Amino acid sequence: MNPNTPGANPQSSAWTDLRIEIWVSIMLRTGVLLAAAIVLTGGILYLGHAHGPRPDYRHFHAEPAHFTTLSGVLHGVAALNPESIIMLGLLVLIATPVVRVGMCIVGFFFERDRLYTIVSTIVLLILLYSLFFHK
Amino acid sequence: MTALEFSLILFVTSIAAGLLGALSGLGGGVVIVPLLTVIFHVDIHYAIGASLVSVIATSSGAAAAYVREGFSNIRVGMFLEIATTLGALVGAWLTTRVPTHAIGIVFGVVLLYSAYASVRQHHDALTRNPDALALRLRLEGSFPTGPDRHEDYVAQHVPAGFSLMALAGTLSGLLGIGSGAVKVIAMDQAMRLPFKVSTTTSNFMIGVTAAASAGLYLRSGYFAPALAMPVMLGVLLGSLVGSRLLVRVHVRTLRIVFALIIVALGVEMIINSLRGAL
Repeated sequence: MNPNTPGANPQSSAWTDLRIEIWVSIMLRTGVLLAAAIVLTGGILYLGHAHGPRPDYRHFHAEPAHFTTLSGVLHGVAALNPESIIMLGLLVLIATPVVRVGMCIVGFFFERDRLYTIVSTIVLLILLYSLFFHK
Repeated sequence: MTALEFSLILFVTSIAAGLLGALSGLGGGVVIVPLLTVIFHVDIHYAIGASLVSVIATSSGAAAAYVREGFSNIRVGMFLEIATTLGALVGAWLTTRVPTHAIGIVFGVVLLYSAYASVRQHHDALTRNPDALALRLRLEGSFPTGPDRHEDYVAQHVPAGFSLMALAGTLSGLLGIGSGAVKVIAMDQAMRLPFKVSTTTSNFMIGVTAAASAGLYLRSGYFAPALAMPVMLGVLLGSLVGSRLLVRVHVRTLRIVFALIIVALGVEMIINSLRGAL
């Protein structure tokens, strides 16, 4: 029997899966804290500049192009635009679950679990499609 | 109200939402959209954008705590993420097509259901029937029941669970929430997985599911940076504090209080939607 089958040998299978999960959780926490630090930096800069009344979010009009594309955000960050820095933090945050799936592909590959290497790859492909092509 | 005051009020409100969300097990995301739309009169598209990033932050931030407990099942999670991410693609697409009041009504109904689910009693009906499909997909595992003791489980009704997960993903994409309540139903009711395994695996899945909506939200201009900033930071802080307090407070009472708040917000959202005031 495949030694990685969960239930067949709880000790050894729990250990390898657990190792993937621990690596993943360290990455997720690091990613979230990094994202929060960037958002906070942008937020402090934004509040330092914002003296007017609260922005009106009552009616939806899509955010301008420099907040809706990766290149637009990066240009804004280069110009030290506070809101662009906040957006960069949000993009780092959105990337963390995607990296997580990538790490699972590697983990399952080293566990020689072909089925779940494929399953994780399918999930990653759906995510990459959603991030770059979904209309 | 100045931008600074508005940000501070949002920040404090979001801390409270994150705290209550963590303590009740419902997640803070579910109340962010009703709070922003009903109380702060924010358009629902900006609200679901701010909510979605808070949901990703909460899910990723809590992952470390859940992994240590040893309940979550990464194979079950990864397999079902095929369904939730595909569902999220549909849900996010729907936000660009469905009228605002319809989103509001669906949201209200989901809130009422979540409130019910949070106070429902749980009975683990564990089965070890050798479900052929589940075994082939390796949707099985064991979880700790005490020192050096493990209980084995095998998933049941895989197609039903997979379909419910697609629905959970659609709701996540349409409403900018984690849809933890529907995910848990799919796992513990349909697939007969132990409740603790269902809730921890659900938390692990929420970030990946939400990320599948983020691309379209970004291109559609739903992420308003100055609005998302205090909300995301507040919910994250509140949920991190909440998950540490969890052992020390009476959970059942808190759940009922939070469920009542959610019911009130759900009813308010449905009424506002029907009156066209959302």
